Amino acid sequence: MSAHASHAPNRSGLWDWLTTVDHKKIAILYLIAGGIFFLAGGFEALLIRLQLMYPESSMVGAKTFNELITMHGTTMIFLAAMPIIFALMNAVVPLQIGARDVAFPFVNSLGFWLFFFGGVLLNTSWFLGGAPDAGWTSYTTLALNQFSGHGVDFYVLGLQIAGIGTLIGGINFLVTIINMRAPGMTFMRMPMFTWSAFVTSGLILFAFPAITVGLVLLMFDRLFGGNFFNPDAGGNVVIWEHLFWIFGHPEVYILILPAFGVISEVVSTFARKRLFGYSSMVFATALIGFLGFMVWAHHMFTTGLGAIANTLFGLATMLIAVPTGIKIFNWLLTMWGGQIRFTTANLWAVGFIPTFTIGGMTGVMLAIPPADYQYHDSYFVVAHFHYVIVGGLVFGLFSGLYYWWPKMFGKMLNETLGKWNFWTFFIGFHLTFFPQHFLGLMGMPRRVFTYLKDQNLDMGNMISTIGAFGMTIGTILFVVNVFVAASSSKRAPADPWDGRTLEWSIPSPPPEYNFAQTPLVRGLDAFWIEKVAGNKGMTPAEPLGDIHMPSPSFLPFLMSLGLFIAGYGFMYHNYVVVVIGMLVTFACMFTRSVKDDPGYHIHEDEIEDKGVKA
Amino acid sequence: MATHHANAVLPDEPEKATLEGKNKLLGFWLFLGGETVLFGSLFATFIALRDQANGGPTSQELFDMPLVAAATLLLLTSSMTAVMATLALHKKNLKQIQVWLAITVLLGLGFLGLEIYEFMHYVHEGHKVSTSAFGSAFYTLVGFHGGHVAFGILWIILLQVSATKKGLTVVTAPKFYLASLYWHFIDVVWVFIFTVVYLMGMIGGKVG
Repeated sequence: MSAHASHAPNRSGLWDWLTTVDHKKIAILYLIAGGIFFLAGGFEALLIRLQLMYPESSMVGAKTFNELITMHGTTMIFLAAMPIIFALMNAVVPLQIGARDVAFPFVNSLGFWLFFFGGVLLNTSWFLGGAPDAGWTSYTTLALNQFSGHGVDFYVLGLQIAGIGTLIGGINFLVTIINMRAPGMTFMRMPMFTWSAFVTSGLILFAFPAITVGLVLLMFDRLFGGNFFNPDAGGNVVIWEHLFWIFGHPEVYILILPAFGVISEVVSTFARKRLFGYSSMVFATALIGFLGFMVWAHHMFTTGLGAIANTLFGLATMLIAVPTGIKIFNWLLTMWGGQIRFTTANLWAVGFIPTFTIGGMTGVMLAIPPADYQYHDSYFVVAHFHYVIVGGLVFGLFSGLYYWWPKMFGKMLNETLGKWNFWTFFIGFHLTFFPQHFLGLMGMPRRVFTYLKDQNLDMGNMISTIGAFGMTIGTILFVVNVFVAASSSKRAPADPWDGRTLEWSIPSPPPEYNFAQTPLVRGLDAFWIEKVAGNKGMTPAEPLGDIHMPSPSFLPFLMSLGLFIAGYGFMYHNYVVVVIGMLVTFACMFTRSVKDDPGYHIHEDEIEDKGVKA
Repeated sequence: MATHHANAVLPDEPEKATLEGKNKLLGFWLFLGGETVLFGSLFATFIALRDQANGGPTSQELFDMPLVAAATLLLLTSSMTAVMATLALHKKNLKQIQVWLAITVLLGLGFLGLEIYEFMHYVHEGHKVSTSAFGSAFYTLVGFHGGHVAFGILWIILLQVSATKKGLTVVTAPKFYLASLYWHFIDVVWVFIFTVVYLMGMIGGKVG
């Protein structure tokens, strides 16, 4: 024992949050940062819709409009959706597998800070000469120096930094799920959300390096005189498209699979039934993950890859409808004959199913190459991907947040406000995006800042903008709900929903060591099995003993700050700043390698003092 | 008490004797999977652009077999010495580990020296990042690999220095093991660079 610090380092307030390596606190950090970026991206969307409300409007103008659409897409995908997914994964996965922590608590914290500083760097572009304006896909040659402003440099460097954070986060979850499961928690007993986190992490691992390479190449072209995408010097612009979509298509499954996982948990809990077709759900998740890598070129049908390539990628794309269909039917059959409770979480889940199905259907339409030539770059595409990403992912995230909020914060979100939140957002969403299908079919191209009047586009755009206000009200109601919950003194019970999985067997919020004793898992829906057997809680798999915890550390913050500083040095060709930034980062890596972390122990009597075992 | 602080008896295969060690091993293998995609993307880019010399020197004009062969020999040998270090790790012999890793580092430094000389020579010949798409792709791919070698050298030196104080424990053993795993990985990447960049670049003329 002598080698260990035996007391928890006494840290509080801001310092505690800057140094924490606790997955539950990192989850909250991800949620706050992702939530703020979500509000920023939503504000950008609202400005876009206001600009398009009337024909020939000049509210924001073309230049700002280009910046808004670029930043809206980039922010929502990389800085809002990804971190909120990571928030849920951090909050839930270790609890669902009966683990005390993730495999690499330090790396977990580093992943968050890298994402955070990357996102901040990207957004400082607004104040430093203009945001990126080449679209969220940043296609070359548009994204090269001669056609785009300084903003694209912020895109290139910000996303590289944030991307490293996401990558190491993915590795952390893979190792956590493979190595840290409680006794008895076999792979085929893992809750669906954990399964989806597992497959998503695998996709992150193999998809993110491709975008990193793409961004590095673009950085060379923009900052160091490279010629990768410069046709005059033998470069090839299609390479960017390939690298971007080899990442970008798996990315949409990285986003949607966790939402599938949330829906599976919520539908099953609120139907009071075991998930229908569990093993086929696992199989479908893995298959979608695999096929997700085989279809990237369906974003490039009009690039001119040829009929054979287009056919193969078109067919592979349509194939994904099969496992996705399996999932839809399994959710419906889970509800079938169940005792359904329409809580807010379940409303989002039930709203998700038809909405996502519509998005999937237009996806199959887009997968047909000759038809895609007609839909390409029109509002039909905009409508499609908002149906899957908002109607799918965002609904799923809201569902998950209402479901796990009591576990994360120990407070319940208000159900009445929640229902208002759901209905305003749900109706607003369909008002916004349903007409966009028709706008697209009538010829409205995406990414244009205005349109002429009396082209049959006025009405659809007006309705769409009105819908955007509905979504805004819904989002504001959610924020209000958060503050109402935070100011309420009522504490959430450990198991407010009559849950089925391990996270509901421990207090809300859980103590820092999660499980006083590692639980013994005896089947799928481990906690439900114990409840049905008449047990009060889980059967422990080990005697009560001291618990070893990792020490908090400020290094992840500093390490990310170093890269953040170096990023500016690269952009402004100031190599003193680059060296300073990199030195900070390398010094932190050096310190981490040389200085072993002894951690600290929570003593047995402290665990009992906190009254875990009733 | 404090069983995972084994100063007394080191278990067999000390690199995976603790859960932390096992986690590190698995995490590092996964990381190498991601690195494979990274280099795969760089290779694909290079293959697409390798004939686009844009009037600058072509690969046939530039590459010089004796130099590249010498570099390859150094790096492949260093992989073997890294294996010897891992064998010494399993024999729990810190002194042997240090010796083999020191040789590995020296060979790596020799490789890096040759590469720097090579790059300087090419720049002198008018083959730069900004010359052509071929130039950009060449320096990015080979330079990324060289950067990995440099990082590996620094890492191994750091581990060696800190191990003189800490000794061989269940904490330091996984680090040695991972460093040699990393070293083999960059060696394998070099085998592909040797084949795809140099061998394929020396045969044949410009296709178009």
